[in-house]
Amino acid sequence: MEKRVIIGKKEFSWKTFFLQWEWMLVLIFILVNVINANLSPYYLNADSLRDATMTFLDKAFIVLPMVFIIILGDIDISVASIVALSSVVMADLYTMGVPMELAVVICLAVGTLCGYVNGLLITRFKELSAVIVTLATMIIYRGIAYILLEDQAAGKFPEWFKFLGWGYVGSVPFILIVFAVFAVIFALLLHKTTFGRRVYAMGSNLTASQFSGIQVDKIKILVFTLAGLMSAVTALFLTSRMGSTRPNIATGYELDVIAMVVLGGISTSGGKGRMIGAILAIFLIGFLRYGLGLVNVPAQMLLVIIGLLLILAVMVPNLKGYLRKWVKI
Amino acid sequence: MSDYVLELRGITKTFPGVKALDQVHFQLKPGEIHALMGENGAGKSTFIKIITGVHFPDEGEIFVNGQKTEIKNPKDAQRLGIAAIYQHVTCFPDLSVTENIFMGHEKITKRTKRILWGDMHAEAKKLLQELGASFDPRTKMGALSVAQQQIVEIAKALSTDARIIIMDEPTAALTARESEELYKIAEKLRDNGASIIFISHRFEDMYRLASKVTVFRDAKYIGSWGISDISNEDLIVAMVGREITQLFPKKAAKAGEELLRVEGLGKTGFFADVSFSVHRGEIVGLTGLVGAGRTEVCQAVFGITSFDTGQVYLKGKAIKVKNPLQAMELGIGYLPEDRQKQGLVLEWGIERNITLPALGKLSRKGWIQEKREAELAHALAEKVQVKARSIFDLASSLSGGNQQKVVVAKLLTADLDIIILDEPTKGVDVGAKSAIYEIISDLASQGYGVIMISSEMPEVIGMSDRVVVMREGRVTASLDGATVTQEAILEAAMVNSAIPEAATAHSSASETLST
Amino acid sequence: MPEYSLQKTSAGASIAKFRELGLLVFILLLCVGVQLRNPSFLTLENINDMVTNTAILSILAVGMMLVIVTRGIDLSIGATLALSGMISAMTVSAYPDTHPLLAILLGTAVGIVSGMIIGLLVSKAGILPIIATLGMMNAFRGMTFMVSGGKWVSAHQMPDSFKAIATSSIFGLNTLIVIAIVIYLIFFYFITYTRTGRQIYAVGSNPDSAKISGISNDKILWLVYTIMGGLSGLAGVLWVSKFASAQGDTASGYELSVIAACVLGGVSIAGGSGKISGIILGSILLGILNNALPLINVSPFWQMGIQGSIILIAVVINALVKRGVDKSNLMRRRI
Repeated sequence: MEKRVIIGKKEFSWKTFFLQWEWMLVLIFILVNVINANLSPYYLNADSLRDATMTFLDKAFIVLPMVFIIILGDIDISVASIVALSSVVMADLYTMGVPMELAVVICLAVGTLCGYVNGLLITRFKELSAVIVTLATMIIYRGIAYILLEDQAAGKFPEWFKFLGWGYVGSVPFILIVFAVFAVIFALLLHKTTFGRRVYAMGSNLTASQFSGIQVDKIKILVFTLAGLMSAVTALFLTSRMGSTRPNIATGYELDVIAMVVLGGISTSGGKGRMIGAILAIFLIGFLRYGLGLVNVPAQMLLVIIGLLLILAVMVPNLKGYLRKWVKI
Repeated sequence: MSDYVLELRGITKTFPGVKALDQVHFQLKPGEIHALMGENGAGKSTFIKIITGVHFPDEGEIFVNGQKTEIKNPKDAQRLGIAAIYQHVTCFPDLSVTENIFMGHEKITKRTKRILWGDMHAEAKKLLQELGASFDPRTKMGALSVAQQQIVEIAKALSTDARIIIMDEPTAALTARESEELYKIAEKLRDNGASIIFISHRFEDMYRLASKVTVFRDAKYIGSWGISDISNEDLIVAMVGREITQLFPKKAAKAGEELLRVEGLGKTGFFADVSFSVHRGEIVGLTGLVGAGRTEVCQAVFGITSFDTGQVYLKGKAIKVKNPLQAMELGIGYLPEDRQKQGLVLEWGIERNITLPALGKLSRKGWIQEKREAELAHALAEKVQVKARSIFDLASSLSGGNQQKVVVAKLLTADLDIIILDEPTKGVDVGAKSAIYEIISDLASQGYGVIMISSEMPEVIGMSDRVVVMREGRVTASLDGATVTQEAILEAAMVNSAIPEAATAHSSASETLST
Repeated sequence: MPEYSLQKTSAGASIAKFRELGLLVFILLLCVGVQLRNPSFLTLENINDMVTNTAILSILAVGMMLVIVTRGIDLSIGATLALSGMISAMTVSAYPDTHPLLAILLGTAVGIVSGMIIGLLVSKAGILPIIATLGMMNAFRGMTFMVSGGKWVSAHQMPDSFKAIATSSIFGLNTLIVIAIVIYLIFFYFITYTRTGRQIYAVGSNPDSAKISGISNDKILWLVYTIMGGLSGLAGVLWVSKFASAQGDTASGYELSVIAACVLGGVSIAGGSGKISGIILGSILLGILNNALPLINVSPFWQMGIQGSIILIAVVINALVKRGVDKSNLMRRRI
């Protein structure tokens, strides 16, 4: 009579396996590539595809911690400004005679500090949403970049620094290798560690997480700090690729990054999504941009496309809900 | 002309996956206070939402004053003279009292539709005075106490000239004195010819006010009786579906060393001068009305919130708990009142929920050891007898009682000395209740010190070794569990008698106070 | 025994009462300070310039206040402003006979359509305002470049009648100021004396209660974003007329100034509260700062940083004030 718990196996069905959002992304990814290949004869070329990754992977570093932030149910729109500030500080110090190695370390430190400040403000002032806090710091960080460099450009970095953005290891772009390493680290962090599990818990039910003894503030600060650090990593690669920096560098990156994360199936209401989805979305949007660029779609048009893509990406997971509502009425 | 101001026949309402109401009937006479009772989840809330037009029924007919009507939206309900005062005060904290009263039926000029603030303030003032309240209607709602907000809600109902007033657990957050005020207001409304549907879990509310009672169970209509035609026992049977021979499997425990002592704890606006202690193997019932500050005290001890004055001692040593993690490391566990909002991640499986507080122990250098995790979760789920197909079943798929067992299992992952249970059987069906009592009793005999916050008298009396009663933020009595009576508890919880200061300062010495 | 007096209030609560007075005093002190440093500050010409700038800012702040009151935010207004400004500028340059009023209506209509789209996304599709407006910001900005083909519409392409919108005066007052004042009055009436206006506050104060009270939350949300769009469209025409040029990157980042004006004026980010008088003061303060900083030799590159700090400090102060008010409410409870 007594029905007891059995340990059970996690149920597996091919249907649910294939109904995952990531497969949809794979499909779209293939579609994008097929269309691109048909539009431009130059597209399907191993070398050019490989080189294309170098042009969009810089911002991909921020996507990784942004996945954590959005799983927490928060958002960080200051990341592009952190890129600008850490890049400008680095370039400024270097022109002032600081050795490049040290400037790079300081760049990373500045990014980390910016992220930490975000986290601190968000946890200290719980009545303020992450939206408004990072909106304010977004302006402040870029504002400091302007104060430092005004409308000048700074650059003339040493030769070795160019390697970050332009170098190859064998025939593989250096940036791709670094990204792959970070992607694996972040994926493991999210899915295999206590930290990742706690992030999911907080995104699903913050109160219950708190009652379960999770140090919610600490974790939130850490996640935002990580976003700052990775923004600084982006700053390194982007600055290297550009050869110089300006205070307006990386403008609009927050949009691309957030678009990639939500397209990757990470719900803006928190608690749901996987790293693999975001990584697929990085390449999806990257190749889409690259292909459209090849067929001479103007940059402004791309702006419209990415903007609309962001909105579509948020709507698609809810499509079932909309349909249900619609059919019922 | 019909005999009834409101009559509902065969109301059915289905939500995706749930039948919330199934062929429900209800009849309300003019000038009657009609109690509507049933356990949580019986469909009372949905029923009210149907009457007030928030939901539209799938099937069934509604008659108001004998006329068949459809209530499609809250405006229709208002036009028909139906008003509801909800369980949780549903106000607009940023808006003025006047605006809260007149929201949805503002006084406006006929042609220009301009809102007539002067008239509204004056009328609001008049309504509040009728209800015996003296605050300014221009005050922001958020600045009022819960009881004052409740009065505003009633004023709101009056302002619509409502003839049918629904009160959904209005006394839940009120002190005894405030409840008494509310009773008087309700009676006054009835004497003026309004009909009231009164929903409450408290029998005393029902006996004090109602002349008729209707019971729902599991979304179905069970029956209606005159209040004097049905005995307390029969009513309970009607509500829960079978006779309760509630067993309190309390084993006589030997109280050991003192584990936790709270001295003079105070927090501005919530509680003051609270002192009590818990010994090993003892169950301390912490009771009093909802809103008496019980939960706040315990959450301050657990480190969720802070306290301003006083001191907590653990095994004789003064401790300062900064957060729940520290509390758990010190051996204090807390089972929150609202298991869905505070206890569980509903979209997760049982396993992950159970291990959430113990992730630190189940990991090596931060890596979760999934095999150990599953083993521990399984062992604990067995221990508290969660009924499920597998430990990977979603928490949202479990019944209330089983969900509660999962939350208890979460507590057991930590190495605790003291367990604080906040309303452990709230919204749990009777079968699961006795299972939970058994668990609690076992815990005590294993040497845990248990603090059980509860509003249910039989539970407090049946389970506690000692009963601490709070009223309006203060401890008013500390009673011996063996000799405690319902009357003694109620007196301490509800009666506003001045208590000698010496007695409150050291509650342990005040055991003889209320006898 | 601890004492609990009935009359205790915290410092935060008293600030709440006098916030607008405080803002006013601060503005006056600022003016005096700047004037002492640079006497050209309070000249008629400079004041006129300052006030007309503030007029556009405050028109947008009115709309933004309504959006923030419903717990939302709109980052797209700079782009909406540019798009409608561009479209009306191109129209008047193609048809120089167009009546200025028609140009204003056209710009406003473009803005309304843009706002309606965002409103639909937020209310019907349930997209977070930050995401919806971030996406549409880019879409509108891109469209501005596309309709203009990346070109500017400059002063000599615009008919004088169009430029006169910003330079003419009515009853001795600059038209922009008149328009702004008319908008304050309309919206003051709207949010104080109409049911729909009050419902906006109700939705922001407690969306669940609003639904129970029979308010259609979706409709209200849709309305506020549409109003915001319409005001952005109007501001777009005024902007282009005032600066006599329409560019693809017109008013880029201006949404941040508008949000700053709102939070300075005491509009609560948590929704439910905000007053017209507050945001007028907030806009004036911001307008003065933008104008005065160059006059006292603060590099224009400092402006962004200062503006960001103002937003941060203002929201933090708002939060602390709110805590103070809550605390003194608690103190009033006797135990």
